[in-house]
Amino acid sequence: MKAAVFEYTRVQEIAQALDYLAQFGGDAKLLAGGQSLVPMMAMRLARPAWLIDIDRVATLKTHTFNASHVRIGAGTRQKTVEHSAEFAAALPLLRKALKWVGHEQTRNRGTIGGSVAYADPSAEIPLTCLVLNGVMNLQSQARGVRQVAAADFFQGPMFTALEDDECLTAIDLPVWQGAHVGTAFEETAIRHGDFAMASAACQLQTDDQGKVVRVSMGLGGVDGTPLVFPELSAQLQGKVLTPEIAKEVAFAAAARCNPGSDMHAQPSYRKDLAAKLLARVLIHCASDAMALTQRA
Amino acid sequence: MTNRHTIQIQVNGIDYERSVEPRTTLVDFLRDDLALKGTHVGCEHGVCGACSVLLNDDPVRSCCMFAVQADGMRVKTVEGLAPNRAEMSKLQDAFCEKHALQCGYCTPGMLIACTALLTRCPKPTQAQVREAISGNLCRCTGYQQIVDAVMYASSDESKQHG
Repeated sequence: MKAAVFEYTRVQEIAQALDYLAQFGGDAKLLAGGQSLVPMMAMRLARPAWLIDIDRVATLKTHTFNASHVRIGAGTRQKTVEHSAEFAAALPLLRKALKWVGHEQTRNRGTIGGSVAYADPSAEIPLTCLVLNGVMNLQSQARGVRQVAAADFFQGPMFTALEDDECLTAIDLPVWQGAHVGTAFEETAIRHGDFAMASAACQLQTDDQGKVVRVSMGLGGVDGTPLVFPELSAQLQGKVLTPEIAKEVAFAAAARCNPGSDMHAQPSYRKDLAAKLLARVLIHCASDAMALTQRA
Repeated sequence: MTNRHTIQIQVNGIDYERSVEPRTTLVDFLRDDLALKGTHVGCEHGVCGACSVLLNDDPVRSCCMFAVQADGMRVKTVEGLAPNRAEMSKLQDAFCEKHALQCGYCTPGMLIACTALLTRCPKPTQAQVREAISGNLCRCTGYQQIVDAVMYASSDESKQHG
């Protein structure tokens, strides 16, 4: 199908975009890479009266690397992160997640912020932001900038803390300092690049003996939002991760999911799949951590 | 406000200035406004890859963007792959040699995706070829002949062509 009629304007500055949003609110949509919005408009699941094209706003494409975190401009293209050695060193989990995001044709247009703002429950970038305990920077004309933790940002399928007059401008992702930080991302989809039936992400730090110092793990595609499991992660502290422990924790995590059903898989299958994937990423992470004596 | 925008766009090396309605997708613009029918419209929502074109040298889905978004950009379509009229690119020739198409609907998208791959990586592995075409559906070939064609195009055997 074709999109319904809309008015289009292209802005060069974030202030102009916020001005339009203040005027039109829910009747307007921000357009950046368009890889979520344009298909939704083609299917007429979205019928905005106005599109505000922010794809050429230079300030949305900057990223800054600090010792403690990386600030990623929301308009940064997925391919930019995918091919960047700097991102690979600072945020290896995000890099690994991107291998599973869509296809080359969509990563060339799609933005990091677009994927976060649309919050598809099976999307890899939201899951990664949640596992890394990221912070979303949301800006409006009326209220300026506010920061919302990923855990509060993702509220339901395609539903976030973003208000109608707000623009997601940047995402802050913490960088884990020190040696022995392992990362892993795994996913099962009908076809590589399709929506995940289940995905699992983990970042884990061990001491020199291989004992877990800290760990964060999450699952995607098996509930209305991506999920993390801080209590289960806390239980792993001080332990050497064996396959038995990984399996036990993974099944406990999967038991807390509430997956949907479709022609490809039933909820029980998805839960089982989620547990297997999570156990796998935990073990991968632990061996990755021991292999990395310092941050790559 | 008149709901039309003037865009300047370079397609296959030729500069165009056209007035477009914002909701016109890039693929509809290429086919209907510029009469370049080589790029195919498949699913119209970013799943099948038939509409792939090179936008500033990167493969993208032309159904998932509006023509107005491509203002000031360079586009290459399947019509722009051959070096000269009545010739074929090495990859196009390899598609013939290896029977990499049957109905041909996916072929323009496949050629674009694989051209981008070979530009970036002149000697790909089979796995890299499969990854490069993972966003393009083909219901005829089972993909193997397409992979064969790309491997052939990147091999020394194909040197005599194009």
